[in-house]
Amino acid sequence: MKIVISVIGKDCVGILAGVSNKCAEYGINIIDVSQSVLQDMFCMIMICDISAMNVNFSEFADIMSVYGQEKGLSIHAMHEDIFNSMHKI
Amino acid sequence: MIETKDILETITMIQEENLDIRTVTMGISLLDCIDSDIDKACQKVYDKITTKAERLVSECEDIEKKYGIPIINKRISVTPIALLLGACEKKEPVKFALTLEKAAQKVGVNFIGGYSALVQKGFTEADKILIESIPEALAVTDHICSSVNIGSTKAGINMDAVKMMGQVVKESAELTKDRNCIGAAKLVVFCNAPEDNPFMAGAFHGVGEADCVINVGVSGPGVVRAALAKSKGLDITGVAELIKRTAFKITRMGQLVAKEASSRLNVPFGIVDLSLAPTPAVGDSVAYILEEIGLECCGCAGTTAALAMLNDAVKKGGVMASSKVGGLSGAFIPVTEDAGMIHAAECGSLTIEKLEAMTAVCSVGLDMINIPGDTTPEVISAIIADEAAIGMINTKTTAVRVIPAIGKKEGDSLSFGGLLGEGPVMRVNKGSPAVFINRGGQIPAPIQSLKN
Repeated sequence: MKIVISVIGKDCVGILAGVSNKCAEYGINIIDVSQSVLQDMFCMIMICDISAMNVNFSEFADIMSVYGQEKGLSIHAMHEDIFNSMHKI
Repeated sequence: MIETKDILETITMIQEENLDIRTVTMGISLLDCIDSDIDKACQKVYDKITTKAERLVSECEDIEKKYGIPIINKRISVTPIALLLGACEKKEPVKFALTLEKAAQKVGVNFIGGYSALVQKGFTEADKILIESIPEALAVTDHICSSVNIGSTKAGINMDAVKMMGQVVKESAELTKDRNCIGAAKLVVFCNAPEDNPFMAGAFHGVGEADCVINVGVSGPGVVRAALAKSKGLDITGVAELIKRTAFKITRMGQLVAKEASSRLNVPFGIVDLSLAPTPAVGDSVAYILEEIGLECCGCAGTTAALAMLNDAVKKGGVMASSKVGGLSGAFIPVTEDAGMIHAAECGSLTIEKLEAMTAVCSVGLDMINIPGDTTPEVISAIIADEAAIGMINTKTTAVRVIPAIGKKEGDSLSFGGLLGEGPVMRVNKGSPAVFINRGGQIPAPIQSLKN
C-alpha cells in the first residue's frame, strides 16, 4: 500500500532529514521524492510504501500533522488512492 | 505514477477550497421492526439502528484520516415512520421520534431522517396522525429531520396535504420560537421525493431500497469557483466544460469514500449524490460561482440561465465519475447556508420569486428561506403548491423548507448556527390564496404522467 506525504512550508535546514527520520522510525519505506523551492517556499512530495509500517495509518497521519505544526510546516499523509481516483479515469 | 501537480491540486482543493464529503448517510430499513405494540416496535427500531450504525461514525473518521478528506456529516435515514405507525394499535408517533433521537445520540450521528409520510395520492390514518405530530416531534428532539411528500408527476398534488403542511410548518416554527424557530429548518415538503437522498432534512429510506445501504453526498462549490477564477476569458462552452471536469474530480472522491465505507461496514453501496452543496463558509458558495461566471450579484437577470448550465454540467461531469448515481443530484441553492445567497438576499438582488424560477432548473427547491413570522399558513401552503407544481410538471424533485421567523419581520435576521447558517427574513407576497388552499382535493396527475 502506498501513501503520499506532502510537505509545504518555509524553507529551512533539515526538513527532508526530519521527515525521513519520522518515516524510518515508523517502518515506512520512501520510494520516491520530488522537491522544489519556489522563492523561499519549500514543497516536497514523497511516495512511500507502508506495508511494513509499525503503527496504524491514522495514527501516523496525526503524528505527521503534529510534527508539521511544531516545525511550522503543513504536512499531510494521505493514501494514494485519493489521487488515483481523482486524476485517472 | 501520480504527478506532483495533481497531488498539489488535490491538497489545495481540500485545504483552501473547502472540498469535503458533505455526508455519509446510512439508509436503514425499519420494515422488519413493525409491531402492533408500539413499545415493542420502538425497542426493535432502537436495536436495529444501534446495531447497524454502531461503527458508522468511527469508520468514517478512520476514512477521513486515510484519505485526508473531511467527512462533515454522518447521518442515518430510515423507512418513513408513518409506515411503522400504521401497524400500531396505539397511534403515538412521538414515541418513535424519541426512540430515533435516543438511537441517534447513542451512535453519535449528526442527524437522523425519516420522520416522514408519503401522501402524494392520499392519506392513511397513520399518515395524518404522523403529520399532525411533526411540530411536537421536532420540538422535543434535536437530531430528527422530517419530510412529507405531497405530490408527484405520477399522482398529482394532494392539496389536502398541502393545506395541512402550511399549518405544520408554521406550528413547527412556533413551538421552537425560543430556539430560532429551528423546528421548521428540520422539515421539508417534497414533490417527487427521491428514496435514496442522503441530504437532510429530506432523507428517508424508501421502501424499494435494500435493508441497509450507504449513500454519499459530495460538496465542492469552492473548488468549482476557484477553477473558474483561474481560467479567465473562457466562453460559456468552455465554462461548462471546466465545471464538468471539476465535478468529475469531486464526484470521484465521493465514489471512493462510498466504496470504502461500504466495504468497511459490510453494507452495500447505494448511490453518490452529484451535488454542489454550499456551506456558510466564505468561498464555499453556489452564488459565488454564478457571480464568477459573470453576474454582478446572484438574483439579477441571467441567474436562471447560468444556474441551468451549472446544474447540467455538474451532472454530466459527475455521472461518469460514479457507478451509481441518485438522490437529489445537482446544485443546491439554500439561502441561509450560502454566504453569497445571504448577501444577495440582504442587498435585495435575490427574491423568493427569482428563487422559485431558479428551482425549475436546479437540484431541489425553495430551501432554507426565512419568511416573516406573521405569514399565514395559507400563504405557506400556496408557496408549497407553487413549488410542487414546478416539480410535477417538469418531472423533477422540488421541495420547500421555509422558516417562519416568529416575532420577526422582513429585513430582520434569523441565525441557526453551524451548517444551517443565518439569513435575512425575506419578503413574501401577502395576497391571500386562502380560498384556493381551502378548496382541498387533488390536482390531477398531469399529462406527463401518461408515459406507458
